[in-house]
Amino acid sequence: MTTMTDTNTPSTPSTPSTPAKTPPPSRPRKTRARGERGPLASVALHAALLIASATAVLPPLWLLVTSFKPTSEAFSTDLVKDFTFRNYDHVVNDTEFLNWLGNSLLVVGLTTVIGVFISATTGYAVSRFKFPGMRPLMWLLLITQMFPVAVLIVPLYNLLASLGLLNQPVGLVVTYLTIAVPFCAWMMKGYFDTIPVEIDEAGRVDGLNPFGTFWRLIVPLAKPGLAVTGFYSFITGWAEVAYASAFMTGEENLTLAGGLQTFVNQYTSDWGSLTASAVIVAVPAAVIFGFVQRHLVSGLTAGATKS
Amino acid sequence: MAVDSSRSLAKAADAPGARGRGRRTGDTGKTPGRLRRSLSTHWYAWAMVAPVVAVIGVIIGYPLVRGLYLSTTDANEANVERTIGMNHIPATYKSVGLDNYTAVLSDGIFWDRLTWTIVWTVSCVAISFGLGLVLANMLNRKLAGRSLYRMALILPWAVPAFVSVFTWRLLFNEKNGILNKILAGGGIDAIPWLNDPTWAKLSVITVNVWLGVPFMLVAMLGGLQSIPGELYEAAEMDGANAWQRFRHITLPGLRTVSSTVILISGIWTFNMFPVIFLLTRGGPGDATEILVTYAYRLSFVVSPRDFAGSAAWGVIILALLSLFAVVYRRALRKQGEVW
Repeated sequence: MTTMTDTNTPSTPSTPSTPAKTPPPSRPRKTRARGERGPLASVALHAALLIASATAVLPPLWLLVTSFKPTSEAFSTDLVKDFTFRNYDHVVNDTEFLNWLGNSLLVVGLTTVIGVFISATTGYAVSRFKFPGMRPLMWLLLITQMFPVAVLIVPLYNLLASLGLLNQPVGLVVTYLTIAVPFCAWMMKGYFDTIPVEIDEAGRVDGLNPFGTFWRLIVPLAKPGLAVTGFYSFITGWAEVAYASAFMTGEENLTLAGGLQTFVNQYTSDWGSLTASAVIVAVPAAVIFGFVQRHLVSGLTAGATKS
Repeated sequence: MAVDSSRSLAKAADAPGARGRGRRTGDTGKTPGRLRRSLSTHWYAWAMVAPVVAVIGVIIGYPLVRGLYLSTTDANEANVERTIGMNHIPATYKSVGLDNYTAVLSDGIFWDRLTWTIVWTVSCVAISFGLGLVLANMLNRKLAGRSLYRMALILPWAVPAFVSVFTWRLLFNEKNGILNKILAGGGIDAIPWLNDPTWAKLSVITVNVWLGVPFMLVAMLGGLQSIPGELYEAAEMDGANAWQRFRHITLPGLRTVSSTVILISGIWTFNMFPVIFLLTRGGPGDATEILVTYAYRLSFVVSPRDFAGSAAWGVIILALLSLFAVVYRRALRKQGEVW
């Protein structure tokens, strides 16, 4: 892991590479362009990266492999001996899995659409206008991000119970909004900060009101930022465990995070079903991730550096 | 960045703005005029933030106040308002002042959990930040297969966290898990990954670092790319070696990104519920129970559910986090950060 420091060392003492000096002809092998590595450093770099990549990839890969094994052999160390789709068949047809998937999609979809919209308007207002209450609002957004589940969960449980929203997707959507929106609003603010104010001004001059400017000029420009925000909301809802476990009861009401827990607990350990359903859950998330990850870098750092 | 909304509005000679200005000149009573003016110049900014404020107010504000209140009572499952069948039973819990807090703070369990939570947070953030920084530096150069490496390294982030946690439980399985089988192949005895207090702690940290590195990596890569290359060229001209360039250009250049990232991930890790809840359920015993999962256990797992105690824990956790954020922000400001 220390290779980072020595990867460049071979090139640094090579004074010949500075253009001011003409390289002495006696040592031609020393001329190495700036930023180039010696072969040894290259090998070390690739070795370190390979080890790190393998560590990152192997657990999900093993999950995939296990899901194609018969349940009785879930723990065999062989690669697949009897390739089977039985686990998938069982999960889809004999369990409540599709129900959970539907619940999750509904909850997460609503969270994403609403979350993106309201965090975008908030981010825009905070980025462009100075208005009374702006600083308290920014603090509020920062502080809500660190609210522990523990302080809110019981009162929230009671609140949802009294509104009749326990076991209802709407209850979870509203809850997830409070987790996703504060961070998303910060991220959107960072993104809007990178869009020149002149565009807004041009819009105003052409007679658009602030909402028109936002909707017709800024939103189209901010699509990468919106993608990141949407993705973040999606992931937040898709992977949330605490609220989902507490607020949703009854097998048909569970979301995926809650439902998967029923496969492996102190009473049963149906690793075949667990792995198969985990793969079904992970693949769409990973695919969406693949689409937005390019924007993720710019969006995150815009949010982070400008905060 | 932020344009004063009243000024930009006046510049555009927008109708409500013009009206607002007109009114102000006509008004002699100062306060109502100013209020109306700020309403007419800022109404769209307020309209834009209104949904967020409403959601936060209802779903966080109300429960927070309610939680604060509950923490000063002796509410539990047996005495809160509830409906059993046809019978509606009113709440019978009563105020006990600050007894819950003194009970929690004088209890050894709290300090044990707090110590472990701090160890957990610091080691998770430090290790994943270190690894993220190293890997980002490795990737931020000309390299064969660079995008392939990047995809592989980001994968743990792409898989939903609870799925990964289940995967790790599969790997950690004491009797049959692949990790122990590999060790057995090397003649090493099976390690009780999740069943021995010390190993369980190491295991949960490992899993959380595994989950956390991609976020650090992506943030650091973005930060590295925003450092102008000319700085490195200049330093190299002046004869700085690789370590010096890293120490005096890369690290200062990453300071803004890293401070934000450390703050955010510190708070996330402190509150990290799913990893511990799904991996060990806080066990064995309560060895891996952090403050958040312990408070959850009080209100949803133990019987009778101790709502008041849980709320008190929650308030204390919140106080600790606010303290952390304030101290951290102050430290940054001292270093010249403007925020």
